[in-house]
Amino acid sequence: MGPDMQTANAAKTTGDRAPRTGTGGLAEAGTRLKAQVRNLNFYYGNVHALKNINLEIAEKRVTALIGPSGCGKTTYLRCFNRMHDLYVDNRYEGEIVLRPDGLNIIGKGVDPIEVRMRISMVFQKPNPFPKSIYENVAYGLRVRGVRKRSIVDEKVEQALQAAALWDEVKDRLHGLAFNLSGGQQQRLCIARALATDPEILLFDEPTSALDPIATARIEELVHELKQRVTIIIVTHNMQQAARVSDYTAFMYLGEVVEFSGTDTIFTNPSKKQTEDYITGRYG
Amino acid sequence: MSAVPSELSQRFRLRQVRERAVEVLLFLAAFSSVAITLGIVGVLVYESLAFFGHVSLWDFLTDTQWTPLFDDAHYGILPLMAGTLVTTAMALVVAIPIGTITAIYLSEYASHRMREIIKPVLELLSAVPTVVYGYFALLFITPLLQKLFPDLPGFNMLSAGLVIGIMIIPYVSSLSEDAIRAVPMHLREGSYAMGATRLQTALRVVIPSAISGIAAAYILGISRAIGETMVVAIAAGMQPNLTWNPKEPAETITAYIVQVSLGDLPHGTLAYQTIFAAGLTLLVMTLVFNIAGYYLRQRFRQAY
Repeated sequence: MGPDMQTANAAKTTGDRAPRTGTGGLAEAGTRLKAQVRNLNFYYGNVHALKNINLEIAEKRVTALIGPSGCGKTTYLRCFNRMHDLYVDNRYEGEIVLRPDGLNIIGKGVDPIEVRMRISMVFQKPNPFPKSIYENVAYGLRVRGVRKRSIVDEKVEQALQAAALWDEVKDRLHGLAFNLSGGQQQRLCIARALATDPEILLFDEPTSALDPIATARIEELVHELKQRVTIIIVTHNMQQAARVSDYTAFMYLGEVVEFSGTDTIFTNPSKKQTEDYITGRYG
Repeated sequence: MSAVPSELSQRFRLRQVRERAVEVLLFLAAFSSVAITLGIVGVLVYESLAFFGHVSLWDFLTDTQWTPLFDDAHYGILPLMAGTLVTTAMALVVAIPIGTITAIYLSEYASHRMREIIKPVLELLSAVPTVVYGYFALLFITPLLQKLFPDLPGFNMLSAGLVIGIMIIPYVSSLSEDAIRAVPMHLREGSYAMGATRLQTALRVVIPSAISGIAAAYILGISRAIGETMVVAIAAGMQPNLTWNPKEPAETITAYIVQVSLGDLPHGTLAYQTIFAAGLTLLVMTLVFNIAGYYLRQRFRQAY
Protein backbone atom coordinates (compact mmCIF):
# COMPACT_ATOMS: atom_id res chain seq x y z
CA MET A 1 0.00 0.00 0.00
CA GLY A 2 1.57 3.28 -1.09
CA PRO A 3 1.63 6.40 1.00
CA ASP A 4 -1.16 7.91 -1.06
CA MET A 5 -3.47 5.04 -0.33
CA GLN A 6 -2.68 5.31 3.34
CA THR A 7 -3.58 8.95 3.39
CA ALA A 8 -6.79 8.24 1.57
CA ASN A 9 -7.71 5.51 4.02
CA ALA A 10 -6.85 7.70 6.95
CA ALA A 11 -9.01 10.40 5.49
CA LYS A 12 -11.89 7.98 5.22
CA THR A 13 -11.67 6.65 8.76
CA THR A 14 -10.93 9.97 10.36
CA GLY A 15 -13.98 11.36 8.67
CA ASP A 16 -12.46 13.84 6.29
CA ARG A 17 -15.76 14.66 4.70
CA ALA A 18 -18.87 16.67 5.37
CA PRO A 19 -21.67 15.28 7.56
CA ARG A 20 -24.33 13.21 5.91
CA THR A 21 -27.58 14.95 6.51
CA GLY A 22 -31.10 13.60 6.53
CA THR A 23 -32.24 15.28 3.37
CA GLY A 24 -28.97 14.89 1.60
CA GLY A 25 -28.76 18.67 1.65
CA LEU A 26 -25.48 19.90 0.30
CA ALA A 27 -22.98 20.24 3.09
CA GLU A 28 -20.33 22.89 2.84
CA ALA A 29 -17.03 21.91 1.40
CA GLY A 30 -14.07 21.72 3.74
CA THR A 31 -15.83 20.54 6.86
CA ARG A 32 -14.62 17.53 8.76
CA LEU A 33 -16.38 15.25 11.16
CA LYS A 34 -15.85 15.68 14.86
CA ALA A 35 -18.19 12.99 16.12
CA GLN A 36 -20.37 10.23 14.75
CA VAL A 37 -23.38 9.02 16.66
CA ARG A 38 -24.47 5.52 15.67
CA ASN A 39 -27.59 3.72 16.84
CA LEU A 40 -27.65 5.60 20.11
CA ASN A 41 -30.30 4.42 22.54
CA PHE A 42 -30.63 5.74 26.04
CA TYR A 43 -32.71 4.50 28.95
CA TYR A 44 -33.70 6.14 32.25
CA GLY A 45 -34.42 2.88 34.07
CA ASN A 46 -37.21 1.42 31.94
CA VAL A 47 -37.95 4.59 30.04
CA HIS A 48 -36.57 4.47 26.54
CA ALA A 49 -35.65 8.14 26.22
CA LEU A 50 -33.55 8.18 23.03
CA LYS A 51 -34.40 5.94 20.14
CA ASN A 52 -31.85 4.82 17.65
CA ILE A 53 -30.18 8.12 16.97
CA ASN A 54 -27.74 8.53 14.11
CA LEU A 55 -26.11 11.88 13.65
CA GLU A 56 -22.86 13.38 12.51
CA ILE A 57 -21.31 16.39 14.16
CA ALA A 58 -19.19 18.67 12.00
CA GLU A 59 -15.92 19.97 13.33
CA LYS A 60 -15.80 23.68 14.19
CA ARG A 61 -19.41 24.16 13.25
CA VAL A 62 -22.49 24.76 15.37
CA THR A 63 -25.04 21.96 15.48
CA ALA A 64 -28.37 22.90 17.04
CA LEU A 65 -30.82 20.47 18.60
CA ILE A 66 -34.40 21.70 18.53
CA GLY A 67 -37.73 20.20 19.40
CA PRO A 68 -40.61 20.48 21.86
CA SER A 69 -40.12 20.02 25.62
CA GLY A 70 -39.49 16.42 26.56
CA CYS A 71 -38.31 15.40 23.10
CA GLY A 72 -34.96 14.26 24.49
CA LYS A 73 -32.67 16.99 23.20
CA THR A 74 -31.10 17.71 26.60
CA THR A 75 -30.89 13.97 27.34
CA TYR A 76 -29.08 13.56 24.05
CA LEU A 77 -26.69 16.44 24.75
CA ARG A 78 -25.84 15.01 28.17
CA CYS A 79 -24.73 11.73 26.57
CA PHE A 80 -21.78 13.57 25.04
CA ASN A 81 -20.13 14.28 28.39
CA ARG A 82 -21.56 11.25 30.20
CA MET A 83 -23.54 13.41 32.63
CA HIS A 84 -26.04 10.57 32.97
CA ASP A 85 -23.38 8.55 34.78
CA LEU A 86 -23.96 10.76 37.84
CA TYR A 87 -27.34 9.14 38.43
CA VAL A 88 -28.18 5.50 38.93
CA ASP A 89 -30.13 3.28 36.55
CA ASN A 90 -29.16 5.13 33.39
CA ARG A 91 -28.04 3.09 30.42
CA TYR A 92 -26.49 3.87 27.04
CA GLU A 93 -26.44 1.67 23.94
CA GLY A 94 -24.77 2.30 20.60
CA GLU A 95 -21.80 4.54 20.11
CA ILE A 96 -20.64 8.13 19.94
CA VAL A 97 -17.28 8.08 18.23
CA LEU A 98 -14.95 11.06 18.56
CA ARG A 99 -12.76 11.99 15.62
CA PRO A 100 -9.94 11.81 14.83
CA ASP A 101 -8.91 9.28 17.46
CA GLY A 102 -12.01 7.08 17.35
CA LEU A 103 -12.78 7.03 21.05
CA ASN A 104 -16.27 5.74 21.73
CA ILE A 105 -17.51 8.16 24.41
CA ILE A 106 -20.11 5.79 25.78
CA GLY A 107 -17.98 2.67 25.47
CA LYS A 108 -18.04 0.34 28.44
CA GLY A 109 -14.42 0.75 29.52
CA VAL A 110 -14.25 4.49 28.94
CA ASP A 111 -13.72 6.69 31.98
CA PRO A 112 -16.36 9.44 32.04
CA ILE A 113 -13.81 11.80 33.58
CA GLU A 114 -11.53 11.33 30.56
CA VAL A 115 -14.50 12.22 28.34
CA ARG A 116 -15.31 15.34 30.38
CA MET A 117 -11.68 16.42 30.18
CA ARG A 118 -12.18 16.73 26.41
CA ILE A 119 -15.79 17.91 26.21
CA SER A 120 -16.97 20.91 28.21
CA MET A 121 -20.51 21.98 29.00
CA VAL A 122 -22.36 25.22 29.65
CA PHE A 123 -25.59 24.79 31.55
CA GLN A 124 -29.07 26.24 31.33
CA LYS A 125 -28.69 28.23 34.52
CA PRO A 126 -25.39 30.02 35.14
CA ASN A 127 -23.68 27.93 37.82
CA PRO A 128 -20.52 29.70 38.96
CA PHE A 129 -18.81 28.14 41.98
CA PRO A 130 -18.57 29.98 45.31
CA LYS A 131 -15.11 31.21 44.39
CA SER A 132 -13.48 34.23 42.83
CA ILE A 133 -13.84 34.98 39.12
CA TYR A 134 -10.24 33.89 38.61
CA GLU A 135 -10.64 30.60 40.48
CA ASN A 136 -13.84 29.81 38.62
CA VAL A 137 -12.05 30.02 35.29
CA ALA A 138 -9.00 28.22 36.67
CA TYR A 139 -11.14 25.38 38.06
CA GLY A 140 -10.67 22.98 35.16
CA LEU A 141 -6.91 23.56 35.22
CA ARG A 142 -6.78 23.02 38.98
CA VAL A 143 -8.61 19.69 38.80
CA ARG A 144 -6.17 18.65 36.09
CA GLY A 145 -3.34 19.41 38.48
CA VAL A 146 -1.95 22.47 36.68
CA ARG A 147 -0.01 24.34 39.36
CA LYS A 148 2.23 26.75 37.53
CA ARG A 149 1.04 30.27 38.20
CA SER A 150 2.14 31.73 34.88
CA ILE A 151 0.31 29.05 32.88
CA VAL A 152 -2.89 29.44 34.89
CA ASP A 153 -2.74 33.24 34.64
CA GLU A 154 -2.33 33.04 30.89
CA LYS A 155 -5.10 30.47 30.37
CA VAL A 156 -7.52 32.42 32.57
CA GLU A 157 -6.91 35.62 30.65
CA GLN A 158 -7.25 33.87 27.28
CA ALA A 159 -10.48 32.17 28.30
CA LEU A 160 -11.98 35.39 29.64
CA GLN A 161 -10.95 37.17 26.43
CA ALA A 162 -12.55 34.45 24.35
CA ALA A 163 -15.73 34.67 26.40
CA ALA A 164 -15.78 38.47 25.89
CA LEU A 165 -15.67 39.05 29.62
CA TRP A 166 -12.08 40.12 30.18
CA ASP A 167 -12.62 43.87 29.88
CA GLU A 168 -15.48 43.80 32.35
CA VAL A 169 -13.71 41.79 35.05
CA LYS A 170 -9.97 42.35 34.62
CA ASP A 171 -9.89 44.75 37.58
CA ARG A 172 -11.74 42.45 39.92
CA LEU A 173 -10.51 38.99 39.06
CA HIS A 174 -10.37 38.10 42.72
CA GLY A 175 -13.85 39.33 43.50
CA LEU A 176 -16.61 36.80 43.98
CA ALA A 177 -18.28 35.39 40.88
CA PHE A 178 -21.72 35.75 42.50
CA ASN A 179 -21.46 39.52 42.27
CA LEU A 180 -21.61 39.38 38.47
CA SER A 181 -24.87 39.85 36.58
CA GLY A 182 -26.69 36.83 35.14
CA GLY A 183 -25.33 37.39 31.63
CA GLN A 184 -21.80 37.92 32.94
CA GLN A 185 -22.09 34.76 35.05
CA GLN A 186 -23.05 32.79 31.97
CA ARG A 187 -20.09 34.19 30.04
CA LEU A 188 -17.94 33.28 33.04
CA CYS A 189 -19.22 29.72 32.76
CA ILE A 190 -18.30 29.78 29.08
CA ALA A 191 -14.83 31.02 29.98
CA ARG A 192 -14.56 28.23 32.56
CA ALA A 193 -15.52 25.69 29.92
CA LEU A 194 -13.03 27.15 27.41
CA ALA A 195 -10.05 27.38 29.73
CA THR A 196 -9.24 23.70 29.29
CA ASP A 197 -9.26 23.85 25.48
CA PRO A 198 -12.12 21.40 24.96
CA GLU A 199 -12.68 19.67 21.64
CA ILE A 200 -16.44 20.02 21.86
CA LEU A 201 -18.44 22.62 23.77
CA LEU A 202 -21.96 21.63 24.76
CA PHE A 203 -24.55 24.33 25.39
CA ASP A 204 -27.75 23.34 27.16
CA GLU A 205 -30.22 26.18 26.51
CA PRO A 206 -27.59 28.68 27.60
CA THR A 207 -29.78 31.76 27.28
CA SER A 208 -33.08 30.59 28.74
CA ALA A 209 -32.37 32.39 32.03
CA LEU A 210 -31.10 35.59 30.40
CA ASP A 211 -32.58 38.84 29.15
CA PRO A 212 -32.55 39.67 25.40
CA ILE A 213 -29.39 41.78 25.52
CA ALA A 214 -27.42 39.18 27.43
CA THR A 215 -28.85 36.56 25.04
CA ALA A 216 -27.63 38.49 22.01
CA ARG A 217 -24.12 38.64 23.48
CA ILE A 218 -24.04 34.89 24.10
CA GLU A 219 -25.25 34.23 20.56
CA GLU A 220 -22.52 36.46 19.15
CA LEU A 221 -20.06 34.56 21.27
CA VAL A 222 -21.25 31.18 19.99
CA HIS A 223 -20.76 32.48 16.50
CA GLU A 224 -17.18 33.55 17.24
CA LEU A 225 -16.28 30.44 19.20
CA LYS A 226 -16.90 28.09 16.32
CA GLN A 227 -13.61 29.32 14.90
CA ARG A 228 -11.88 27.27 17.58
CA VAL A 229 -14.24 24.62 18.89
CA THR A 230 -17.03 22.30 17.78
CA ILE A 231 -20.33 23.37 19.30
CA ILE A 232 -23.55 21.51 19.99
CA ILE A 233 -26.35 23.68 21.32
CA VAL A 234 -29.77 22.73 22.63
CA THR A 235 -32.28 25.51 22.28
CA HIS A 236 -35.96 26.08 22.73
CA ASN A 237 -35.77 29.13 20.64
CA MET A 238 -36.02 28.43 16.93
CA GLN A 239 -34.86 31.90 15.93
CA GLN A 240 -31.77 31.24 18.00
CA ALA A 241 -31.12 27.97 16.20
CA ALA A 242 -31.58 29.73 12.88
CA ARG A 243 -29.23 32.55 13.91
CA VAL A 244 -26.33 30.62 15.40
CA SER A 245 -26.20 27.15 13.90
CA ASP A 246 -24.87 25.58 10.71
CA TYR A 247 -26.70 22.29 11.14
CA THR A 248 -29.96 21.60 12.89
CA ALA A 249 -31.49 18.39 14.15
CA PHE A 250 -35.20 18.39 14.88
CA MET A 251 -36.07 15.89 17.60
CA TYR A 252 -39.45 14.55 18.60
CA LEU A 253 -40.32 11.86 21.17
CA GLY A 254 -36.73 10.70 21.53
CA GLU A 255 -36.02 10.43 17.81
CA VAL A 256 -34.24 12.63 15.32
CA VAL A 257 -36.96 13.42 12.82
CA GLU A 258 -34.82 15.45 10.49
CA PHE A 259 -31.21 16.54 10.36
CA SER A 260 -29.94 18.95 7.81
CA GLY A 261 -28.19 22.21 7.13
CA THR A 262 -29.90 24.92 9.15
CA ASP A 263 -30.99 26.84 6.05
CA THR A 264 -32.63 23.75 4.62
CA ILE A 265 -34.44 22.92 7.84
CA PHE A 266 -35.87 26.39 8.16
CA THR A 267 -36.64 27.13 4.53
CA ASN A 268 -37.31 23.78 2.98
CA PRO A 269 -37.92 21.02 5.53
CA SER A 270 -38.54 17.64 4.02
CA LYS A 271 -40.77 16.31 6.78
CA LYS A 272 -44.26 17.55 7.59
CA GLN A 273 -43.54 17.27 11.36
CA THR A 274 -40.53 19.55 11.07
CA GLU A 275 -42.47 22.08 9.12
CA ASP A 276 -45.32 22.05 11.63
CA TYR A 277 -42.89 22.63 14.48
CA ILE A 278 -40.89 25.42 12.94
CA THR A 279 -43.99 27.21 11.78
CA GLY A 280 -45.31 27.05 15.32
CA ARG A 281 -48.17 24.65 14.83
CA TYR A 282 -47.14 22.67 17.91
CA GLY A 283 -44.41 22.47 20.52
CA MET B 1 -83.31 45.57 53.60
CA SER B 2 -81.54 47.13 56.52
CA ALA B 3 -81.45 43.78 58.35
CA VAL B 4 -78.96 42.32 55.90
CA PRO B 5 -76.11 44.76 56.43
CA SER B 6 -76.46 44.64 60.20
CA GLU B 7 -76.45 40.86 60.17
CA LEU B 8 -73.40 40.96 57.92
CA SER B 9 -71.56 43.33 60.17
CA GLN B 10 -72.43 41.19 63.16
CA ARG B 11 -70.92 38.15 61.52
CA PHE B 12 -67.95 40.24 60.51
CA ARG B 13 -67.42 41.38 64.09
CA LEU B 14 -67.75 37.85 65.43
CA ARG B 15 -65.17 36.62 62.99
CA GLN B 16 -62.85 39.44 63.91
CA VAL B 17 -63.09 38.52 67.60
CA ARG B 18 -62.42 34.89 66.84
CA GLU B 19 -59.44 35.67 64.63
CA ARG B 20 -58.06 37.95 67.29
CA ALA B 21 -58.47 35.27 69.98
CA VAL B 22 -56.59 32.75 67.84
CA GLU B 23 -53.82 35.21 67.23
CA VAL B 24 -53.45 35.95 70.95
CA LEU B 25 -53.35 32.24 71.76
CA LEU B 26 -50.67 31.58 69.17
CA PHE B 27 -48.69 34.55 70.40
CA LEU B 28 -48.83 33.31 73.98
CA ALA B 29 -47.52 29.91 72.93
CA ALA B 30 -44.65 31.52 71.08
CA PHE B 31 -44.00 33.99 73.85
CA SER B 32 -43.84 31.35 76.58
CA SER B 33 -40.41 30.15 75.50
CA VAL B 34 -39.14 33.72 75.35
CA ALA B 35 -40.58 34.39 78.80
CA ILE B 36 -39.02 31.25 80.25
CA THR B 37 -35.64 32.13 78.80
CA LEU B 38 -35.87 35.63 80.21
CA GLY B 39 -36.97 34.15 83.55
CA ILE B 40 -33.96 31.85 83.72
CA VAL B 41 -31.56 34.62 82.81
CA GLY B 42 -33.29 36.84 85.39
CA VAL B 43 -32.89 34.32 88.19
CA LEU B 44 -29.27 33.64 87.24
CA VAL B 45 -28.43 37.34 87.17
CA TYR B 46 -30.34 38.09 90.38
CA GLU B 47 -28.65 35.37 92.43
CA SER B 48 -25.29 36.10 90.84
CA LEU B 49 -25.58 39.76 91.82
CA ALA B 50 -25.92 38.65 95.42
CA PHE B 51 -22.82 36.50 94.91
CA PHE B 52 -20.84 39.34 93.38
CA GLY B 53 -21.82 41.45 96.38
CA HIS B 54 -19.48 39.27 98.42
CA VAL B 55 -16.87 38.28 95.85
CA SER B 56 -15.43 40.81 93.46
CA LEU B 57 -15.72 40.08 89.73
CA TRP B 58 -11.95 40.50 89.52
CA ASP B 59 -11.31 37.74 92.05
CA PHE B 60 -13.90 35.56 90.35
CA LEU B 61 -12.13 35.86 87.02
CA THR B 62 -8.49 35.80 88.14
CA ASP B 63 -8.25 33.65 91.28
CA THR B 64 -6.74 30.31 90.35
CA GLN B 65 -8.51 28.31 93.02
CA TRP B 66 -12.11 27.28 93.36
CA THR B 67 -12.77 26.10 96.92
CA PRO B 68 -16.12 27.62 97.94
CA LEU B 69 -16.93 24.83 100.39
CA PHE B 70 -13.64 24.99 102.28
CA ASP B 71 -12.89 27.12 105.30
CA ASP B 72 -10.28 28.92 103.24
CA ALA B 73 -12.74 29.76 100.47
CA HIS B 74 -11.54 30.84 97.05
CA TYR B 75 -13.90 31.77 94.26
CA GLY B 76 -11.82 31.68 91.09
CA ILE B 77 -13.82 30.31 88.14
CA LEU B 78 -10.68 29.67 86.04
CA PRO B 79 -10.15 26.03 87.10
CA LEU B 80 -13.73 25.17 86.17
CA MET B 81 -13.51 27.08 82.89
CA ALA B 82 -10.28 25.33 82.02
CA GLY B 83 -11.90 21.97 82.70
CA THR B 84 -14.85 22.90 80.50
CA LEU B 85 -12.69 24.17 77.66
CA VAL B 86 -10.31 21.22 77.69
CA THR B 87 -13.07 18.61 77.62
CA THR B 88 -14.86 20.59 74.90
CA ALA B 89 -11.69 20.81 72.83
CA MET B 90 -11.13 17.06 73.18
CA ALA B 91 -14.72 16.47 72.10
CA LEU B 92 -14.30 18.65 69.02
CA VAL B 93 -11.09 16.88 68.04
CA VAL B 94 -13.24 13.76 67.70
CA ALA B 95 -16.57 15.15 66.52
CA ILE B 96 -15.56 17.68 63.86
CA PRO B 97 -13.46 15.42 61.64
CA ILE B 98 -15.61 12.32 62.06
CA GLY B 99 -18.88 14.26 61.83
CA THR B 100 -17.80 16.18 58.74
CA ILE B 101 -16.40 13.13 56.97
CA THR B 102 -19.57 11.18 57.80
CA ALA B 103 -21.67 13.99 56.35
CA ILE B 104 -19.63 14.07 53.15
CA TYR B 105 -19.81 10.31 52.83
CA LEU B 106 -23.55 10.18 53.41
CA SER B 107 -24.43 12.98 51.02
CA GLU B 108 -21.87 12.52 48.24
CA TYR B 109 -20.80 8.88 48.27
CA ALA B 110 -23.20 6.55 50.03
CA SER B 111 -25.80 4.66 48.05
CA HIS B 112 -29.39 5.15 49.01
CA ARG B 113 -29.36 1.78 50.79
CA MET B 114 -26.24 2.56 52.76
CA ARG B 115 -27.70 5.87 53.89
CA GLU B 116 -30.85 4.12 55.05
CA ILE B 117 -28.69 1.92 57.26
CA ILE B 118 -26.23 4.45 58.63
CA LYS B 119 -28.56 7.33 59.41
CA PRO B 120 -30.76 5.47 61.94
CA VAL B 121 -27.66 4.04 63.63
CA LEU B 122 -26.24 7.55 63.95
CA GLU B 123 -29.50 8.75 65.41
CA LEU B 124 -29.34 5.89 67.88
CA LEU B 125 -25.96 7.24 68.97
CA SER B 126 -27.63 10.44 70.08
CA ALA B 127 -30.44 8.53 71.78
CA VAL B 128 -28.11 6.74 74.21
CA PRO B 129 -28.58 8.30 77.69
CA THR B 130 -25.61 10.44 78.67
CA VAL B 131 -25.16 8.56 81.93
CA VAL B 132 -24.40 5.46 79.87
CA TYR B 133 -21.77 7.45 77.99
CA GLY B 134 -20.34 8.48 81.35
CA TYR B 135 -19.83 4.91 82.48
CA PHE B 136 -18.60 3.98 79.04
CA ALA B 137 -15.89 6.62 79.44
CA LEU B 138 -14.98 5.63 82.98
CA LEU B 139 -15.09 1.85 82.66
CA PHE B 140 -14.16 1.23 79.05
CA ILE B 141 -12.32 4.15 77.43
CA THR B 142 -10.17 5.06 80.43
CA PRO B 143 -8.79 1.51 80.91
CA LEU B 144 -8.16 1.38 77.17
CA LEU B 145 -6.29 4.68 77.28
CA GLN B 146 -4.35 3.51 80.31
CA LYS B 147 -2.79 0.82 78.13
CA LEU B 148 -1.53 3.64 75.92
CA PHE B 149 -0.59 6.01 78.76
CA PRO B 150 0.20 3.87 81.84
CA ASP B 151 0.32 6.90 84.14
CA LEU B 152 -3.20 8.06 83.22
CA PRO B 153 -5.35 8.54 86.35
CA GLY B 154 -8.73 6.81 86.62
CA PHE B 155 -10.49 10.15 86.28
CA ASN B 156 -9.26 12.29 83.41
CA MET B 157 -10.52 14.87 80.93
CA LEU B 158 -9.16 12.98 77.94
CA SER B 159 -11.52 10.06 78.10
CA ALA B 160 -14.49 12.23 79.09
CA GLY B 161 -13.78 14.61 76.19
CA LEU B 162 -13.37 11.80 73.65
CA VAL B 163 -16.66 10.25 74.70
CA ILE B 164 -18.48 13.59 74.52
CA GLY B 165 -17.03 13.84 71.05
CA ILE B 166 -18.55 10.48 70.09
CA MET B 167 -21.81 11.64 71.61
CA ILE B 168 -22.02 14.81 69.51
CA ILE B 169 -20.98 13.22 66.20
CA PRO B 170 -24.65 12.79 65.20
CA TYR B 171 -25.37 16.48 65.79
CA VAL B 172 -22.42 17.58 63.70
CA SER B 173 -22.94 15.02 60.95
CA SER B 174 -26.68 15.34 60.51
CA LEU B 175 -26.71 19.15 60.43
CA SER B 176 -23.68 19.23 58.13
CA GLU B 177 -25.30 16.66 55.88
CA ASP B 178 -28.45 18.76 55.64
CA ALA B 179 -26.32 21.75 54.63
CA ILE B 180 -24.37 19.71 52.08
CA ARG B 181 -27.47 18.16 50.55
CA ALA B 182 -29.00 21.61 50.20
CA VAL B 183 -26.24 22.55 47.72
CA PRO B 184 -28.00 22.67 44.35
CA MET B 185 -27.28 19.79 41.98
CA HIS B 186 -26.37 22.14 39.14
CA LEU B 187 -23.26 23.24 41.06
CA ARG B 188 -22.10 19.63 41.37
CA GLU B 189 -22.86 19.01 37.71
CA GLY B 190 -20.83 22.10 36.81
CA SER B 191 -17.88 20.64 38.63
CA TYR B 192 -18.22 17.14 37.20
CA ALA B 193 -18.59 18.62 33.72
CA MET B 194 -15.14 20.18 34.15
CA GLY B 195 -13.67 16.73 34.62
CA ALA B 196 -13.52 16.84 38.42
CA THR B 197 -13.65 13.66 40.48
CA ARG B 198 -16.12 13.10 43.29
CA LEU B 199 -13.57 14.05 45.92
CA GLN B 200 -12.56 17.22 44.06
CA THR B 201 -16.21 18.15 43.63
CA ALA B 202 -16.96 17.54 47.30
CA LEU B 203 -13.94 19.43 48.63
CA ARG B 204 -13.70 22.29 46.15
CA VAL B 205 -17.31 23.06 45.31
CA VAL B 206 -19.80 21.37 47.62
CA ILE B 207 -18.16 22.07 51.00
CA PRO B 208 -17.41 25.74 50.24
CA SER B 209 -21.03 26.14 49.12
CA ALA B 210 -22.34 24.61 52.33
CA ILE B 211 -19.86 26.23 54.69
CA SER B 212 -22.37 28.41 56.54
CA GLY B 213 -24.52 25.42 57.42
CA ILE B 214 -21.49 23.38 58.39
CA ALA B 215 -20.27 26.19 60.66
CA ALA B 216 -23.71 26.21 62.29
CA ALA B 217 -23.37 22.46 62.89
CA TYR B 218 -20.00 22.97 64.58
CA ILE B 219 -21.38 25.70 66.80
CA LEU B 220 -24.23 23.48 67.91
CA GLY B 221 -21.69 20.75 68.65
CA ILE B 222 -19.60 23.17 70.74
CA SER B 223 -22.65 24.30 72.71
CA ARG B 224 -23.58 20.69 73.39
CA ALA B 225 -20.05 19.85 74.50
CA ILE B 226 -19.82 22.86 76.84
CA GLY B 227 -23.15 22.03 78.42
CA GLU B 228 -22.54 18.29 78.74
CA THR B 229 -22.72 17.27 82.40
CA MET B 230 -23.12 13.59 83.07
CA VAL B 231 -20.07 12.30 81.24
CA VAL B 232 -17.70 14.77 82.83
CA ALA B 233 -19.24 14.36 86.26
CA ILE B 234 -18.66 10.61 86.08
CA ALA B 235 -15.41 10.31 84.17
CA ALA B 236 -13.41 13.53 84.56
CA GLY B 237 -13.32 13.74 88.33
CA MET B 238 -14.76 16.31 90.67
CA GLN B 239 -11.66 18.16 91.76
CA PRO B 240 -11.32 21.73 90.51
CA ASN B 241 -7.89 21.70 88.95
CA LEU B 242 -6.42 24.51 86.88
CA THR B 243 -4.69 22.65 84.10
CA TRP B 244 -4.70 22.51 80.32
CA ASN B 245 -3.43 18.94 80.30
CA PRO B 246 -6.25 16.62 79.20
CA LYS B 247 -4.58 13.65 80.89
CA GLU B 248 -5.28 15.13 84.32
CA PRO B 249 -8.52 14.95 86.25
CA ALA B 250 -10.46 18.21 86.56
CA GLU B 251 -13.93 19.52 87.24
CA THR B 252 -16.03 21.37 84.71
CA ILE B 253 -18.58 24.08 85.44
CA THR B 254 -21.45 21.68 84.84
CA ALA B 255 -19.94 18.97 87.03
CA TYR B 256 -19.51 21.48 89.84
CA ILE B 257 -23.14 22.53 89.61
CA VAL B 258 -24.24 18.89 89.83
CA GLN B 259 -21.96 18.22 92.75
CA VAL B 260 -23.17 21.18 94.74
CA SER B 261 -26.83 20.99 93.78
CA LEU B 262 -26.99 17.46 95.12
CA GLY B 263 -25.72 18.50 98.53
CA ASP B 264 -27.99 20.20 101.03
CA LEU B 265 -26.80 23.75 100.95
CA PRO B 266 -29.01 26.19 102.81
CA HIS B 267 -30.69 28.83 100.64
CA GLY B 268 -29.09 32.20 100.48
CA THR B 269 -25.62 31.16 101.58
CA LEU B 270 -22.65 32.24 99.55
CA ALA B 271 -21.89 28.61 98.63
CA TYR B 272 -25.42 28.27 97.32
CA GLN B 273 -25.02 31.39 95.23
CA THR B 274 -21.86 30.05 93.59
CA ILE B 275 -24.09 27.71 91.58
CA PHE B 276 -25.75 30.68 89.96
CA ALA B 277 -22.49 32.46 89.28
CA ALA B 278 -21.18 29.28 87.68
CA GLY B 279 -24.42 28.87 85.73
CA LEU B 280 -24.22 32.44 84.47
CA THR B 281 -20.64 31.86 83.34
CA LEU B 282 -21.77 28.79 81.42
CA LEU B 283 -24.56 30.77 79.80
CA VAL B 284 -22.16 33.54 78.77
CA MET B 285 -19.76 30.99 77.27
CA THR B 286 -22.42 29.35 75.12
CA LEU B 287 -23.76 32.77 74.20
CA VAL B 288 -20.32 33.84 72.98
CA PHE B 289 -20.09 30.76 70.76
CA ASN B 290 -23.58 31.27 69.44
CA ILE B 291 -22.85 34.88 68.57
CA ALA B 292 -19.59 33.83 66.91
CA GLY B 293 -21.56 31.25 64.96
CA TYR B 294 -24.10 33.82 63.94
CA TYR B 295 -21.38 36.11 62.61
CA LEU B 296 -19.70 33.28 60.76
CA ARG B 297 -22.99 32.37 59.15
CA GLN B 298 -23.66 35.92 58.10
CA ARG B 299 -20.19 36.30 56.65
CA PHE B 300 -20.33 33.12 54.64
CA ARG B 301 -23.89 33.61 53.58
CA GLN B 302 -22.93 36.91 51.99
CA ALA B 303 -20.03 35.13 50.32
CA TYR B 304 -22.38 32.52 48.96
